[in-house]
Amino acid sequence: MTKKLLLGVEAIGQGAIDGGISGVYAYPGTPSTEITEYIQDNEVAISRNLHREWSANEKTAFESALGMSYAGKRALVCMKHVGLNVAADPFMNSAMTGINGGLIIAVADDPSMHSSQNEQDSRYYGRFAMIPVFEPSNQQEAYDMTRTGFELSEKLGTPVLLRVTTRLAHSRAGVILAPAAVSENALILPSDPFQFILLPAFARKRYQTLLDKQERFEHAAEVSEFNSFIDGYDKSAGIVCCGIAMNYLMENFPDGCPHPILKISQYPLPSNLVKILEQQVEKLIVIEEGYPIVEEQLKGFFGYGKPVSGKLDGTLPRTGELNPDIIAKALKLDSNAASSIPGLVANRPPSLCKGCGHHDMFKALDEVTADYGPGHIFSDIGCYTLGILPPYHSGYTCVDMGASVTMAKGAADAGLFPSVAVIGDSTFTHSGITGLLDAVYEKSNILIMIGDNESTSMTGGQDSAAFGKIESICAGAGVNPEHIHVIEALPKNHEKLVDLIRRELDYEGVSVIIPRRECVQKSARRISESKKQKSGICAS
Amino acid sequence: MKCDIVLAGVGGQGILSIATVLGFAALENNLYLKQAETHGMSQRGGAVQSYLRLSDSPIHSDLIPLGKANLILSVEPMESLRYLPYLSAEGYVVTNTTPFLNIVDYPDIQIIMDRIRSLPHAVAIDAEAIAREIGQIKVSNMVMLGAATPFIDVPLESIEKGIREIFNRKGEKMVELNLKALYAGRDFAIANR
Repeated sequence: MTKKLLLGVEAIGQGAIDGGISGVYAYPGTPSTEITEYIQDNEVAISRNLHREWSANEKTAFESALGMSYAGKRALVCMKHVGLNVAADPFMNSAMTGINGGLIIAVADDPSMHSSQNEQDSRYYGRFAMIPVFEPSNQQEAYDMTRTGFELSEKLGTPVLLRVTTRLAHSRAGVILAPAAVSENALILPSDPFQFILLPAFARKRYQTLLDKQERFEHAAEVSEFNSFIDGYDKSAGIVCCGIAMNYLMENFPDGCPHPILKISQYPLPSNLVKILEQQVEKLIVIEEGYPIVEEQLKGFFGYGKPVSGKLDGTLPRTGELNPDIIAKALKLDSNAASSIPGLVANRPPSLCKGCGHHDMFKALDEVTADYGPGHIFSDIGCYTLGILPPYHSGYTCVDMGASVTMAKGAADAGLFPSVAVIGDSTFTHSGITGLLDAVYEKSNILIMIGDNESTSMTGGQDSAAFGKIESICAGAGVNPEHIHVIEALPKNHEKLVDLIRRELDYEGVSVIIPRRECVQKSARRISESKKQKSGICAS
Repeated sequence: MKCDIVLAGVGGQGILSIATVLGFAALENNLYLKQAETHGMSQRGGAVQSYLRLSDSPIHSDLIPLGKANLILSVEPMESLRYLPYLSAEGYVVTNTTPFLNIVDYPDIQIIMDRIRSLPHAVAIDAEAIAREIGQIKVSNMVMLGAATPFIDVPLESIEKGIREIFNRKGEKMVELNLKALYAGRDFAIANR
């Protein structure tokens, strides 16, 4: 028996390898990034040469994974919750096509928005697409569900969504591993040549097939080893407890919970299990992390039947992640008298690293745009979003990947001048290029600053597909080469950069300035890696 | 045996190296462990914490309930106070005294230190000074871990083994320096608890 200390996300990565994947596809995003990184560093994955490169965005990742499934092999695709918005088109349609090789979509939600712009609940996507959803309550389940989930996916002919939240994703615990990884599937095309063709005539049939499968999906949840009914003597209330919430509940009852519990870790919601609970209690309390999706399903529109409490009636807070104390309060248990945080403790928000090239970009940009007043800079998702915070004023929007370019364009269409987009190299690759095409096509009067640190830094310095190609991509998209500038982001180039920004603001059309310098964290890692390698060579 | 620890610091200070050593020691002793970490945006110079739970029986929650932590181990003085709501009445605060100054409104360090010293069970240690004496500033986190060992019910040999295991790839010299740091921190805490 091998027991390994794994983060929840690492457990998913190990489960996927042991479950016989031929590839993982992903774009980095907290808290999902380490699933892919784990597979990239894993010896079995390396020796089997599993696909494990980063994709340009979640949509390309998803479609590649679906292609691998089409070819009969098992694939894992990973993203953060908002990444599934980007991949929503192939995601919804993969429910229609079904799969050939097993396909698991691992999505990490971020309630409390530790590193995200919203706290959307991916279980809604699972319900929207009408596919089975796993929601592990601990690291062991995250491993087991991924490892065995491919079988379920193939048995039911459907992609399966695996949803975790931040705390499980980034918490470590001992996980018992299977003795060995199962072999990869052989390359084999779908037996039905029309399965993946969603032309209306075929798609209508596929939709009916999906609807017909619903009963089997629910049956799978009824008999799932991950869903269970745990009896209790206090029938005044029954608790429906989803995913990680189970741990927080049990933390409050070290000697067992007096109320009957229905633990839910696999959806669609198994109605027979819910009825067993409902029949023997006076009311139901639903404890779930994220949106009140189960509560909404159990609470009738007209309010008939036994009362259902949870987030909708204020028993639990509507926003943010759960913890043991919130559940203690909801169940009116004694909570621990605790002292408060002393008033003198100051907030310590994240900030740009010392020596980061983005400082040089923002100093110059702030200096030039000061003449025009606030509201002219459209920012994006990445380290440089921190340029919105003091001491800089370099950003008035942060909405979604790539929105800097397109929102700057729309504002310019509305007559705003100047209209400046600030975007990083990886975000530009992810979703900035298509917006740039729109702007070039319409000769929009915008300036795009691409802060190129040659890295996807906020998530830990992953390689970006556009490395060394940003200016040629811009030229290829049709930006006039005279208005594409690359400048080294260094304090000594401050005046030069200020002049360049001024000059390009005067130009009526699309300009691109690329302040470029490698991420300081990435340089430090690279130097320490090469030292390690050198010492390794000496030792051998 | 049950030990709930809040590890505190600022993104980039490397509190996870402390957690890694303790995690190794826990596994060595067949203890259950859960350790929630901070990844993502806050790692860029923001306040970061790790909730480390060790027990000889299964652990449910990845997060420590309020008022239940046996120990706050902080590599930065102000950060040690941020997690006081988690500390149990008998719990210890073991903190480094060197402030990490990356915000403009950092409070007066004297007021912070007075507040720490007013706690019923606190050890304040200048880990940087001890690390410099040892000759390697990088080992300050192991000084902090050493200072916390009197309050963690895990055999010292296992922690020592954890250090050997984790720093082995950095060479024998780094292993020795880190072990020296561990014992220097431990001696200080025993003398000043």
